[in-house]
Amino acid sequence: MKILVGYKRVVDYNVRIQVKPDGTGVVTDGVKLSANPFDDIALEEALRLREKGMAEEVVVVGIGPADLTAHLRNGLAMGANRAIHVQTGDAVSPLTAARTFLKLVEKEQPGLVILGKQAIDDDANQTGQMLAALWDRPQATFASKVEVADGKATVTREVDAGLETIEADLPAVITTDLRLNEPRFIKLPDIMKAKSKPIDVIELGSLGVDAADHIKTTHYAAPPKRSKGVMVKDAAELVAALKQKGLL
Amino acid sequence: MSKILVIAEHLDGKLNGSTARAVSAAAAVKPEAIDVIVLSDAPDAVAAEAAKIDGVSKVLTVARAENAHALAAVLAPQIAKAASGYTHVFAPSTTFGKDLAPRVAALLGVSQVSDVMTVEGPHSFKRPIYAGNAIITVEVDSASIVVATIRTASWAAAASNGSAPVEALSVDATLPSHTRFVGLQQGKSDRPDLQGAPKVVSGGRGVGSKENFDVIYKFADKIGAAVGASRAAVDAGYVPNEMQVGQTGKIIAPELYIAIGISGAIQHLTGIKDAGTIVAINKDGEAPIFEIADIGLVGDLFKILPELEAAL
Ligand SMILES: Cc1cc2nc3c(=O)[nH]c(=O)nc-3n(C[C@@H](O)[C@H](O)[C@H](O)COP(=O)(O)OP(=O)(O)OC[C@H]3O[C@@H](n4cnc5c(N)ncnc54)[C@H](O)[C@@H]3O)c2cc1C
Ligand SMILES: Cc1cc2nc3c(=O)[nH]c(=O)nc-3n(C[C@H](O)[C@H](O)[C@H](O)COP(=O)(O)OP(=O)(O)OC[C@H]3O[C@@H](n4cnc5c(N)ncnc54)[C@H](O)[C@@H]3O)c2cc1C
Repeated sequence: MKILVGYKRVVDYNVRIQVKPDGTGVVTDGVKLSANPFDDIALEEALRLREKGMAEEVVVVGIGPADLTAHLRNGLAMGANRAIHVQTGDAVSPLTAARTFLKLVEKEQPGLVILGKQAIDDDANQTGQMLAALWDRPQATFASKVEVADGKATVTREVDAGLETIEADLPAVITTDLRLNEPRFIKLPDIMKAKSKPIDVIELGSLGVDAADHIKTTHYAAPPKRSKGVMVKDAAELVAALKQKGLL
Repeated sequence: MSKILVIAEHLDGKLNGSTARAVSAAAAVKPEAIDVIVLSDAPDAVAAEAAKIDGVSKVLTVARAENAHALAAVLAPQIAKAASGYTHVFAPSTTFGKDLAPRVAALLGVSQVSDVMTVEGPHSFKRPIYAGNAIITVEVDSASIVVATIRTASWAAAASNGSAPVEALSVDATLPSHTRFVGLQQGKSDRPDLQGAPKVVSGGRGVGSKENFDVIYKFADKIGAAVGASRAAVDAGYVPNEMQVGQTGKIIAPELYIAIGISGAIQHLTGIKDAGTIVAINKDGEAPIFEIADIGLVGDLFKILPELEAAL
């Protein structure tokens, strides 16, 4: 079995993002970029399935500009067999990303596609579900445990009510939640090895994907700030302050 | 004129409170009609509850054995069919809506507007990105159907004084059998529901262990609060996952939020930005949580909580 993994590059989760004063976007110049944390988890899960003998090949996929190569090399250093770089200079909507993945799925015929539940930049939480819909295959979103056997994946999902378990026939799409696993660290020799692993570069335009975007972002704003409050010195003062506000 | 279809969320024959919040967002579009759709094996009780929500024009029920559990792969094709004639499809931005709505959107050939905070117009919405550190305004092409999830913390629940008619709907959609429900392990709790409670007490890594978390439960019970937690507390196994508050957990807007032994990472703060009053109790006076807390108290939680209980 082959596993396709979404491997998106995003602004690092430690960066406190700033909105441009003119409202045209967020400042990304000189900001640290990293793999979407949920995608590192997706890749780790795929690698573990390969190590358990459930899969032969793990392919990381990135959709983005020409300078994505170094980022994809990190995925290869972590252990992916090869990478596919779908090149585009334009921002892609989740639907376009899903349609792009569908084209790759048709070509690669994977048994599993593992994506992050959300990318921490746009927080859209859509791509995996959309791919599953277009492909007409099962989706198991927000996964915190995955077991693959007999052509099926049994997935535990983190839902508002607790933990839901579903069974999905393969091929299927899984999206990862944070508690699925802890991604391994990349070791120096792996970085050297990754240099010889192949990265296929495909122009988004050549895939015949309808990239029309019917949702436009017209303005960016900083969120309203909460003002700094007061400090109280002990429990009695806290209770008094809450009673005064009518909260206790 | 707009016509909005709101997807009802329900479990064990009860309507989830997030549905009435999604109806509030639908009302902000000022549509001609707001219809609520209930997909279930036995939709009557849920439909009766939905019919009471103010502003609802009618409730549509789709009763099928396959709808016994909320599997997105099974529900989405039915909703995509039912959506014909509507200008908007709204679902709450809960794990139910987040799982289902994008699948519906893709079947309808559109992207989705995730986590709507405000309605600026029938095709214009505000939503958060970067864990709420930026708010964007998005415009949906006026010729496209709008599929959106509603950030429940941004919307008060519509009241329940209505009496909308309930109609059975039959949709002719082939349903897949490739995805099957196995089980749901629910945290059993008599405490108020985290997502709707007016008061929430949360504990973080500072609480130290599963056993120690009892002090948080005890205090919460004393003031009638729901209990939440930081990701660190969930990861460490002090509490189950459904208690996580934050970017990747639950986004909540209680009147009172008390954070105990929580440092205040941006991913946690994302979940509580809309709370009325935030109280922080932390032994580190430099903890970032104090930057946004309305009332702060520096000290050891194990000393302060018994004092608080005594002072109540
Ligand atoms: C300058 C700029 C402007 C933008 N303007 C717009 C705009 O006007 N409208 C708009 O809709 N979006 C815009 N975007 C965002 C767009 O590029 C997002 O990538 C897209 O919306 C997907 O959303 P998401 O990643 O949050 O999806 P999610 O559904 O949250 O992603 C889930 C998962 O899908 C996979 N995935 C998604 N995208 C990729 C990718 N590119 N490569 C590899 N895997 C991927 C990953 O596994 C990811 O974890 C803009 C981005 C930039 C940088
Ligand atoms: C992609 C991503 C998503 C995330 N999503 C979430 C999310 O949804 N929700 C979330 O919460 N986090 C999330 N996180 C994690 C987040 O970054 C923090 O790691 C986490 O919130 C820290 O939890 P904490 O405050 O309990 O622990 P810590 O940061 O370790 O803080 C513990 C605090 O307890 C205090 N303390 C210790 N002992 C005592 C005592 N006896 N009395 C009083 N105070 C004491 C300490 O001073 C400290 O401030 C996410 C991270 C990533 C990368």
